[in-house]
Amino acid sequence: MMHAPAPTTVNATAPLLTLSGISKSFPGVRALNDVALSLYPGQVTALIGENGAGKSTLVKIMTGIYQPDAGRIAIDGRPVELASAHAAFENGITAIHQETVLFDDLSVAENIFLGHAPRSRLGLIDWRTMRANAREVLETMRAGHIDADARLRDLGIANKHLVAVARAMSIDAQIVIMDEPTAALSAKEIEELFLLIEFLKEEGKAILFISHKFDEIYRIADRYTVFRDGEMVGEGRLTDTAEGEIVRLMVGRSVEHIFPERTPKIGAPLLAVSGLSHPTEFEDISFELKRGEILGFYGLVGAGRSEIMQAIAGMTRTSGGSIALDGETLAPKSAAEAIASGIVYVPEERGRQGVVIGLPIFQNVSLPSLSKTSKNGVLRLAEEFALARTYTERLDLRAASLSQDVGTLSGGNQQKVVIAKWLATKPRVIILDEPTKGIDIGSKAAVHGFMAELVAEGLSVIMVSSELPEILGMSDRIVVMREGRMVNIYDNDGLDAETLVRAAAGIVA
Amino acid sequence: MTTIDRHIPDRLDSPLRSALFSWEALLVLVAVAIFIVNSLASPYFLNAWSISDLTFNFVEKGLIALAMALLIIAGEIDLSVAAIIALASTAMGMAMQAGLDTPGLVIVGLAVGLACGAFNGLLVTRLGLPSIVVTIGTMSLFRGIAFIVLGDEAYRGYPQSFAYFGQGYVWWVVSFEIVLFAVMAVVFWFLLHRTVFGRTVFTIGNNPVAAAFSGIRVERVKFILFCLTGLMAGVASVLLTSRLGSTRPSIAQGYELEVITMVVLGGVSILGGSGSIVGVVLAAVIMGLVTFGLGLLNVPGIVMSIAIGMLLITVIALPILWQRLKKARTV
Repeated sequence: MMHAPAPTTVNATAPLLTLSGISKSFPGVRALNDVALSLYPGQVTALIGENGAGKSTLVKIMTGIYQPDAGRIAIDGRPVELASAHAAFENGITAIHQETVLFDDLSVAENIFLGHAPRSRLGLIDWRTMRANAREVLETMRAGHIDADARLRDLGIANKHLVAVARAMSIDAQIVIMDEPTAALSAKEIEELFLLIEFLKEEGKAILFISHKFDEIYRIADRYTVFRDGEMVGEGRLTDTAEGEIVRLMVGRSVEHIFPERTPKIGAPLLAVSGLSHPTEFEDISFELKRGEILGFYGLVGAGRSEIMQAIAGMTRTSGGSIALDGETLAPKSAAEAIASGIVYVPEERGRQGVVIGLPIFQNVSLPSLSKTSKNGVLRLAEEFALARTYTERLDLRAASLSQDVGTLSGGNQQKVVIAKWLATKPRVIILDEPTKGIDIGSKAAVHGFMAELVAEGLSVIMVSSELPEILGMSDRIVVMREGRMVNIYDNDGLDAETLVRAAAGIVA
Repeated sequence: MTTIDRHIPDRLDSPLRSALFSWEALLVLVAVAIFIVNSLASPYFLNAWSISDLTFNFVEKGLIALAMALLIIAGEIDLSVAAIIALASTAMGMAMQAGLDTPGLVIVGLAVGLACGAFNGLLVTRLGLPSIVVTIGTMSLFRGIAFIVLGDEAYRGYPQSFAYFGQGYVWWVVSFEIVLFAVMAVVFWFLLHRTVFGRTVFTIGNNPVAAAFSGIRVERVKFILFCLTGLMAGVASVLLTSRLGSTRPSIAQGYELEVITMVVLGGVSILGGSGSIVGVVLAAVIMGLVTFGLGLLNVPGIVMSIAIGMLLITVIALPILWQRLKKARTV
């Protein structure tokens, strides 16, 4: 167990915000386990961790959206309770998200002063003062180029961030959370954002900066805190810590989960993707998938992995390149065509794209196979039940009956139904997008065990995953993606996690 | 993998047991209750001809309700059905004046209905507009055309043979209309509950995104459903025009609300995703019994429309309140 370090001699200031012993669980998932975080005035603290490490949950607790199951939050040593988003606001905590929560159809000034607009004697909004104050706030943060009367909709994302910061300044927020603020910005805009962060530091604000990009973290942050699997695994000053040390903390060495032993029997190439491109999401993607192989796709969220898979599965159009299955060129224009040629896609968003809640389990499983379980368009229920039973029992589904609404199952069992549904189509290539995201350990093991069985039977699997243990534990080869492009393809032979993290984050080794 | 035999049964409740505790079973009870109340309230009710007359109160709307049920289950709606009746009827009147005989008139009526449905379907699926907005627009459009053509006039003088559809009897008190309704009810029951097409309708209503990911052509299915609803409105137009023997632009005014009331009373979720044809048929019968009963008691039309409005709100609110009550008890 780590303890918050005693303030070093270099840093004599006391933390402005301290979180300690914070735990938070969701059904089936422990998101945060006894974590601590301290933010210091005039300093930027970087929060670092893989996807699913618990960063977003912590941000939601800090902004009053979630309530922690246990733990204490103190501002200036005084315990506070952030019971609602409003309470967090009152306590001077403000967050700037990737999709900033502002109002597109209001003016810049209105956005800055929404909820605390200056009033005239009659209780009406004093527009003149509000505009003047807005200009003043923008001026002090060297953002005078933004017109206080402009509609927010007409501003670029970088200027929207500035407005969000101006709003924080206007309420005299002392704690500013920036959750991947650079994700949608150009290089020049990032520079401007950094200038602004410097300004906020001078003003004595305590800043939490969340980013996956190490160059940015080293450039702007003073301190770091690393989360892994919902636990705080390290913190300190960046000047004392090398990049490699942080990557090691992020990745960890503990392997709680045993992956199935398998001896890959890899055959001839089956799927060949060459030069595949999309106008905005990805470019020049080429790879081969062999028979009986598990090909892993690793990268940060937004690296374009899901979009590539949806293009191969006929859900997204491409702007160039080709897909060939067993030497035959394919250009699937719909999921139906891809399924007919033997390529199926198990989507990442289980609730929205995967299961049909409201329909019973057996109807979910038979959905893409209805042409096989029917005759002349007439359903044959006995065949549907038989098909559903075959695949759900193989996946060790826990359900009371096959006529049960799929919505009554746990996340892990819903995922088994979704995988069963796609296997029932007897595909040649199955694409699994984050197949174990948000499901319990037991279901994870069942899904992994089943993947091993499938490839042993000669099926080819593409697995998109942001979980390093899963990628390293299951894949034969690993494609690393970054910002819509392929960085490299690695053979998973003595490969270590740090290499993958470095490649995905764009750190030149 | 360990081979523990974990057999998952097909279903826990027997189909008979689930049928006994269904919404449809409740509707049967309601229908019987109203039937008894009617026969106690009026000495003229218990009579083969009275009951035969009663069926004319719901058959035309009921035919549209069969198709509307599928549309609502798929998560869409068509408010223009009554206006389609008016436009199709107007077209038949024009065709009659142009000299067409009965078969031609029927074809015109059905074709106009189908075309109107296809127009709605194109606007919804091609342009991605919400169906409630599209069909409010086409409701005004279709009826507006009928008013422009007819003004204060009416078409009269349909051929003698044309009267059979709305006024003819197949045998004794059994009208052509009720026979057609029975046949179509079976056809729609089979389509919704026994075919792949019907299954895709339920799937789309519950989760259109997952349906598309599963290879269902969502837009095409929706388009077909709009066409089907338009076609059934065309059928209803033929029956109603034949029964009245004339066409006025105000024909079938307000029918859309009664059709939707039937569908919702029949247990179809207004949010889409669930429902049954048996329920819709029972609801159509109940609506017929209620309006005929009120008519026997000389209740004026405006009161009847108030009663139908109340019924619509009640049947939409009841399941939602019921769910909320259940939730409140479990929390």
